[in-house]
Amino acid sequence: MNDVIIIGAGPAGLSAAITCAKNGLSSLVIDEYLKPGGRLLGQLYEEPSGFWWNGIKESESLYQEAIELDVQIQLNTSVHNIEKENNYWIIYTETGIIYSEQLLLATGAAESPIPVPGWTLPGVMSVGAAQVMTNVHRIKPGERGVIIGVNVLSAAIAMELQLAGVKVASLTLPKMNKVTQDAAQPGEVLDSLLHVSHMAPSKVIRFGSKLMNNDVMKKIGVSFYPKQGFKMWDIPIQLRKAVIEICGEEAVTGVKIATISANGEVVKGSEEHIDCDFICIAGGLYPLTELAAVAGCPFYLVEELGGYVPLHNEQMETPIENLYVAGNITGIEGAKVAIKQGVIAGLTISGNAGVSGLTQEIRRAIKLTEQTRDNAYIQFHPDVKKGRKAIQEKWKDCMSTAP
Amino acid sequence: MSERIYDHPVLGALKENEYVTFSFNDEEYKGLKDESLAAALLANGIRTLRHHEETGRPRGVYCNIGHCFECRVKVNGKSGVRACLTPLKEGMVVESGGKLPTPVRDWRAENE
Repeated sequence: MNDVIIIGAGPAGLSAAITCAKNGLSSLVIDEYLKPGGRLLGQLYEEPSGFWWNGIKESESLYQEAIELDVQIQLNTSVHNIEKENNYWIIYTETGIIYSEQLLLATGAAESPIPVPGWTLPGVMSVGAAQVMTNVHRIKPGERGVIIGVNVLSAAIAMELQLAGVKVASLTLPKMNKVTQDAAQPGEVLDSLLHVSHMAPSKVIRFGSKLMNNDVMKKIGVSFYPKQGFKMWDIPIQLRKAVIEICGEEAVTGVKIATISANGEVVKGSEEHIDCDFICIAGGLYPLTELAAVAGCPFYLVEELGGYVPLHNEQMETPIENLYVAGNITGIEGAKVAIKQGVIAGLTISGNAGVSGLTQEIRRAIKLTEQTRDNAYIQFHPDVKKGRKAIQEKWKDCMSTAP
Repeated sequence: MSERIYDHPVLGALKENEYVTFSFNDEEYKGLKDESLAAALLANGIRTLRHHEETGRPRGVYCNIGHCFECRVKVNGKSGVRACLTPLKEGMVVESGGKLPTPVRDWRAENE
């Protein structure tokens, strides 16, 4: 039996395994993907200092460090159920049943789709899929694409595609419907874009972010927003147009795009066609929590963290004994925060396994995570700190009423 | 359309270079050893990996990380395998799935 099993070989899972190993615990990391690193693998961006954050390199160094500390890593292994019996966890995987005393779920996040007509055609993929094809597998998702959904993730990936020589014809909104709601509202999107404005070399956005700090100005901004959009990294961003249909019979051949009003309504007769051979859908990320659910962990809906998150405390414990969470399963943030959360989880697990004298170190790790969050280059949700606080409050409520 | 990125301004030159042979629907193709099957197929210009079991409409890779199950294919006789999670091996025999018969529905469409 392992001291600890960690599900997910991304930044959180690997850093937790490293921390556990440093404290003398035997740990096994399992992941269904074929490479270690999780979604950190695809990340590639230039920081203000000029340093290129290269996810492949970062993943490789985490993996090497884990291997050198004798962490076992088992890839290509899906987990389909977990159970607790007496005092140990039973983990059902594709390749057999495994056991451990402590279990960390570092399962990350998945992308919400946007159901635009035609979205099941081959050539339509999530924006993360295009990122993995381009940066990890080094294969262009197509020659020329349109990205539906304007948010932090799609803006960053649009730039990565461009870097790899893939043409991005447009970054635009989905047509408003019951599902797309905020993502189809120019005002809401502009609001969220203000949080990536520091990444933009475009004068419009930088000027805009100062201009639009109050709601009235923002409405004016959207109304007078140029119909043809503006360019960020030479990619046209069109907030006054929306994709109303993805075209093609056997595969994507283009999109039908139309002008929309400031509140998201389609202007009749304004439809036009854009040729492209692939489409990315960017509906945002949500925590991937199924395994926490089958383990019986309680959940709370915290919008600022990306959706339903398992209840957990600052030490990464859940109310279920010997069940821990770290990384994007606890809320949508960047890889650097996930790495720091993995350290906290690893320390807590080690402490609960009998390693003494870790209290100070855990406190330091929590502080370091907060600092990393404060300095994050890309923030997926502007109010992530509020969300973190909300889940801590829930924890306190829950623990004080527990029998 | 979907060529390999041999040189990348930040990631540098492509290091892997061991090609293997595999088949998809009885056609022979080449791909890089241990790359994902989904990537190997796309590099060969193949976007349609299966047809929807009921509607028969074409489907391809959607999420590319194992969550959506859109890229299910048959690999060496085993069906329901996600192409995006499967490392490519020499001699792999890959087949796409097709529309399944829906006799009751078809009968109703013609007779009701």
